[in-house]
Amino acid sequence: MSTESKSSAPTDSEIVFGILNNSENAIKRLYVAYFPMVMQLIVNNNGTPDDAKDIYQEAIIVLYNKVKKGDFELNSKLKTFIYSVCRRLWLKRLSQMNRYGGDIHDFQEYLSVEDDVEQQGERDIQFTKMQSALQLLGEPCKTIIEDFYIHNRSMQDICESFGYTNADNAKTQKYKCLQRLKKLFFQQK
Amino acid sequence: MRDEQLIEAIERYLNGDMSADERKEFEQLRREHAEVDARIIEHQQFIGLLKQYGERVALEKRLNAIHDEIDVHAIAEAVTIHPSWIVQLWRDHHSKISVAASIAIFAVLATLFFTGYLNNNNSYTELGRKVDILNNSNKRIIKTIDDIKSSQKPLPSDKYRGTGFAITSNGLIATSYHVISDNDSVYVQNAAGKSFKAKVLYTEAQNDIAILKIVDTSFTGLGAIPYTFKRSESDLAENVYTYGYPQDSPRYGDGRLTSTNGLGNDTLDYEISVPINPGNSGGPLLDSKGNIIGIVKGKETRLEGVHFALKSSYLLDAIKNIPTDSLTRTPVLNTENELSNLTRQQQVKRLRPYVFMVKVY
Repeated sequence: MSTESKSSAPTDSEIVFGILNNSENAIKRLYVAYFPMVMQLIVNNNGTPDDAKDIYQEAIIVLYNKVKKGDFELNSKLKTFIYSVCRRLWLKRLSQMNRYGGDIHDFQEYLSVEDDVEQQGERDIQFTKMQSALQLLGEPCKTIIEDFYIHNRSMQDICESFGYTNADNAKTQKYKCLQRLKKLFFQQK
Repeated sequence: MRDEQLIEAIERYLNGDMSADERKEFEQLRREHAEVDARIIEHQQFIGLLKQYGERVALEKRLNAIHDEIDVHAIAEAVTIHPSWIVQLWRDHHSKISVAASIAIFAVLATLFFTGYLNNNNSYTELGRKVDILNNSNKRIIKTIDDIKSSQKPLPSDKYRGTGFAITSNGLIATSYHVISDNDSVYVQNAAGKSFKAKVLYTEAQNDIAILKIVDTSFTGLGAIPYTFKRSESDLAENVYTYGYPQDSPRYGDGRLTSTNGLGNDTLDYEISVPINPGNSGGPLLDSKGNIIGIVKGKETRLEGVHFALKSSYLLDAIKNIPTDSLTRTPVLNTENELSNLTRQQQVKRLRPYVFMVKVY
């Protein structure tokens, strides 16, 4: 894995502090540094480059959330953590596809990361629910909710861009949209 | 308070937009009304999830942007463990290879079956026949080799080797030494096809003469010998003929005496122009009067139509030289020529009973 050993390989603490500081560059360096390792794991275990991308991004998100939450302790290498998460995720994927032959070709040492992967799995279910609730919500509600709660735009801005005559109308609309979104979200199984 | 206003208040409370008084008042409300507290917590969690979802979508967007800058194909190529080309070939084409192999095996078995190769008996007889063929060709080769070997000697043949002629009526027969040399047993066969056992009585290898004696119990003797033996040398251009057994039936041949000296000026022999064949050896050479003038001997292989016969004087000497202890009585040669006034046809007819095929085993 010559790509990994390039001089640009970041140290683990650089990455952790970069994520905490929302550094765009840190995430990019992290991504580039360990992608070949994961590619190697996946393509040599019945996977495609697209599978490698999915699995790797999922693992980066697990790491990202763990770091953001503040419970990532640098007692293991980042590389080993990412490899372990990818390995765990891929085994899960293989057994879902009934392609797991009971044997996996390993390239690195790995840790037990089942808790992290499980937490991620639960959160992913919530996010999937949210995504489909937002789709069902339809326009203009979806954009109003996203603009106000996710993009943190002011009611004044939203009022103008949607052409509401006054802020109260916009607030009422937003309230109705939120109530409907909650209803759609909790209705899902 | 309407629900819409409550939600707005909760949002302001959670965002920290309330003034200190307002905040105190709202916290008072929250403590007093459990359902308000529940609404606050529920709203807080839901909006939190919504925000996290937003963050996740943004993060995935960023990661995809990074991913698009990577040469995925090159990395995949670099890290893939490539099996050797033969494994690759097998993986790509194993179904085709299997089908081809099955067809090949089937074809081979079918061919073997239909050609009877799988039938053991057949292959056995086939083998037997082959052995026969080999044996036959081997015999032919051995025969050819023998022929080549024996052709170096004058006028040979393998099973029956030559001709002989009677010199006395009690069964003494003259022939060439080379006809009976290195023999086990000798038989003579007369014109009627009857065989008699004979023994070699006397030989002179240097002159190529052998005298045989019929010892068979069924032999009752010959009639009086019709021809005489000429001691003096015959003249050049004398009309001469031979009678002998180059094959199963007797053969007559005539010609002229072409030289009184034989091969390489050898005074033992006459050179004659009578065509002779293997089997004629040991046979009589007669002149037109029916005198024995020689014993047919051999031919010059390098020259066509040149043959040789031993002069009869040497035969007469040999007869004289037969040791007396091997004889019951001294041989008495015929001195009265009964052929001299006969035609050639009549002469040959009279000769018939006295000329024998000499067979050597």
